[in-house]
Amino acid sequence: MDWLLQQLINGLALGSIYALIALGYTMVYGVLRFINFAHADVLMLGAYAAYFLAPAVGGIFPLPSFTGTLIILLLSAMICAGIGILIEILAYRPLRHRPRLTVLITAIGVSLLIEFTCQHKAVFGADTKPFPQLLPEHDFNLGGLVISSNDLVVVVTTLLLLGIMWFIVQRTKMGTAMRAVSFNQQAAALMGININRIISFTFGLGSALAAVAGILYAMKAPGIDPLMGVQPGLRAFIAAVLGGIGSLPGAALGGLLLGLLETFAGGISGLSNYRDGIAFAILILILLFKPAGLLGKATIEKV
Amino acid sequence: MSQPLLKLDHATIRFGGLTAVSKFSLEVQPCELIGLIGPNGAGKTTAFNMITGVYQPTEGHIHLNGKSIAGVKPHALTREGIARTFQNIRLFGSLSVLDNVRAAMQLHCKHGVRAALWRGANFRKLEGDVESRAIELLEIFKLGDLKDEEAKSLPYGDQRKLEIVRALATRPKLLLLDEPAAGMNPTEKEELMHLIRFIKDKFQIAVMLVEHDMTVVMGICERIAVLEYGIKIAEGTPEQIQRDPKVIAAYLGTETEKEEPADA
Amino acid sequence: MSSTLNPSSTVGAKRWLIAGIALAVVVSMFSAQFNRYHLGIIIDIGINIILAVSLNLINGHTGQFSLGHAGFMAVGGYTAAKISLVASPLLPPALQPVIFLFALLAGGGLAALTGLGVGVPSLRLRGDYLAIVTLGFGEIIRVIVQNMESVGAASGLKGIPKFTTLGWTFSLAAVTIYFVTALVNSTYGRGFIAVSDDEVAASSMGINPVRYKVTAFVTGAFFAGIAGGLYAHHKQFLSPTGFDFLKSIDIVVMVILGGMGRTAGVVVAAIVLTLLPEVLRQFSEYRMIIYSLLIIVLMMARPQGLFTWNRKKGGAA
Repeated sequence: MDWLLQQLINGLALGSIYALIALGYTMVYGVLRFINFAHADVLMLGAYAAYFLAPAVGGIFPLPSFTGTLIILLLSAMICAGIGILIEILAYRPLRHRPRLTVLITAIGVSLLIEFTCQHKAVFGADTKPFPQLLPEHDFNLGGLVISSNDLVVVVTTLLLLGIMWFIVQRTKMGTAMRAVSFNQQAAALMGININRIISFTFGLGSALAAVAGILYAMKAPGIDPLMGVQPGLRAFIAAVLGGIGSLPGAALGGLLLGLLETFAGGISGLSNYRDGIAFAILILILLFKPAGLLGKATIEKV
Repeated sequence: MSQPLLKLDHATIRFGGLTAVSKFSLEVQPCELIGLIGPNGAGKTTAFNMITGVYQPTEGHIHLNGKSIAGVKPHALTREGIARTFQNIRLFGSLSVLDNVRAAMQLHCKHGVRAALWRGANFRKLEGDVESRAIELLEIFKLGDLKDEEAKSLPYGDQRKLEIVRALATRPKLLLLDEPAAGMNPTEKEELMHLIRFIKDKFQIAVMLVEHDMTVVMGICERIAVLEYGIKIAEGTPEQIQRDPKVIAAYLGTETEKEEPADA
Repeated sequence: MSSTLNPSSTVGAKRWLIAGIALAVVVSMFSAQFNRYHLGIIIDIGINIILAVSLNLINGHTGQFSLGHAGFMAVGGYTAAKISLVASPLLPPALQPVIFLFALLAGGGLAALTGLGVGVPSLRLRGDYLAIVTLGFGEIIRVIVQNMESVGAASGLKGIPKFTTLGWTFSLAAVTIYFVTALVNSTYGRGFIAVSDDEVAASSMGINPVRYKVTAFVTGAFFAGIAGGLYAHHKQFLSPTGFDFLKSIDIVVMVILGGMGRTAGVVVAAIVLTLLPEVLRQFSEYRMIIYSLLIIVLMMARPQGLFTWNRKKGGAA
């Protein structure tokens, strides 16, 4: 029983991070209908931004502290939002009306470019760097259960951001415009919506979330390296598909489910070696049996 | 009368809350030339999509030669004798004109992977036959000279004609033409009417066409069915249809007979 | 892709195949004259040609975006390597080529079976979804191999006999090119391109899209498996990391660079992209950066491929 609860807590923490990343995939897919492979690398850049910001911010607000962490999170999110917007303008915008495959391959190219550039010794280098401690850490013991403060922070931050996202998308003018663009780009443009602005906003928002997710992920991970985004990125993508790509609640649900499944599978000896494969096996099963995902809508192709 | 070639029996299809076609019943006899008309969005193309297996009816039945086509995939229905053209032209753009027709002929082509790899004398003979048959079909529509052109580079009118040739290449018993005259000038339309009648007689096939051009529809169809808001509001000879008050109302929008639009 | 099928030009294709194999065997006899390093690269080229041409059947002609070619290569490579490792010491030297041939065919066969298993359920999916499923499949293969002690798990499979020669490689490359070209250049084969151009229209013309896609997938997987077998007996060492996502991307880039659906262009691209890293050896630290930039620039400037030429000639299909 304890074991189950413990896995549940670990799974929720991991799943929260996946959910944050998945939101970025799903939003971009919603407006542009393509998988932004570089999203995983923006996450990595977020972690590196925090890594480099930590000493500077720490000079004013000594770390570990909540204020310092908050400032680092905000700054990294802003930096990554800028990077995300830039990637879209430079690499994806010129291909807006090209076949989706062309864009997909370009996205893979952008992802590889970021990874290989960052691995170069003049940039970050390929080695793993220890991530600074941002927050005071404390393990809460609840009768056999161990809840780390980091896990709590991860879950709370995610819930908070999910709430904010929901508000932006459902209750603001920008969000309405985003939904309009994702529904029908041409019609939205005819209604006077500035498509480019909405797409930039979407990339910015998604990338900011990725930055936060990257930092949270780094806090739990042993260290950071230029390829750190790849695995969580793939998982989050699967989560987005699991929930129904294009659906925000779906991304959150998919992230949590995947985090839980993976943690439970990882906790079972014999299955743990196959952890990497399990996520993909789940993905394939979903696509085969419910291609629209858990909360997605099935679409009918017009003939 | 003999068994109908195609029989729609209360065929209904819903997309979410929208009933696109409602309780559509219709019989098509072999070698008949039948028109399906109606205002935009009346469900004509949707009806075609049900007949060709692209969509499955939510309710009702469709029978081809007395056999239900429920669950039969489009490619299998083509084998059973249904061929079609598309309203928004869907040629194989990167293939040549000849190869568009050839691709449609693979259905009746006896050889497959092994013959293609072995390339024996038999294969070459078969390929020769396929080619001459394809050219023969293209000649009917005066496209023979264009056989090596890329399909997507053809003028619009020729693309429409090529779609018909391609459909004929599958040797259908029922040919569905979705707005074959769209975008054609009066001379081309005249020529098209002549061609449709010609192929119907030559190949002994039934032709069902969706068309907005009334000159074409009234000029060649033996029988016409009218859809409005997914419901069949009239069926009869061109003369009967032209006089039908419901049809006139549907097209001119007068208020006689204006019932609540079905579910729309 | 637009080539018109011309039976008279394809009649002689079998002669070209035989000539190709003969040439490969003859050149192979002189391979002792080559410098070992050069010979190695030439064999790499041949293997990459097989990989690229077979992927071209799936991605180019049939228009199905697969990112899992390295996975099929791994299945073929490991299968073939394991067979020769077990069988080679048991049999006399004269029978070694027979073992090799059997190992290659078994590797290709198992890869094809895997292709069938992956393809049948997943080829219903379109575009980027299929890309992700095939990517996932490649990863699953890698994870499985990493955990299989019988093939060396994460530390790799060592001591594979060096069976791969120039003759074997280029004969099989010739067979692959012939196979794909002959298949596509027939009335039957026009169906692949029809499916790629417009699946809905294709099915309305009596073409069974699933069948064509699966055929392309299985055929592509078979040759990827063969390429894997050649690779295993060339490098004499296999490690799961050699068949990762990046390897699949490599092959995809060859197909794109060569021009989707254009075999001749794809062959040229396979040659150029195998040589490129060697030429860039002194810039090795920038190699992958240049490579990824190349993908992006290519997609923007020439998505139809670099090595595509006037389609009037048409023979490239």
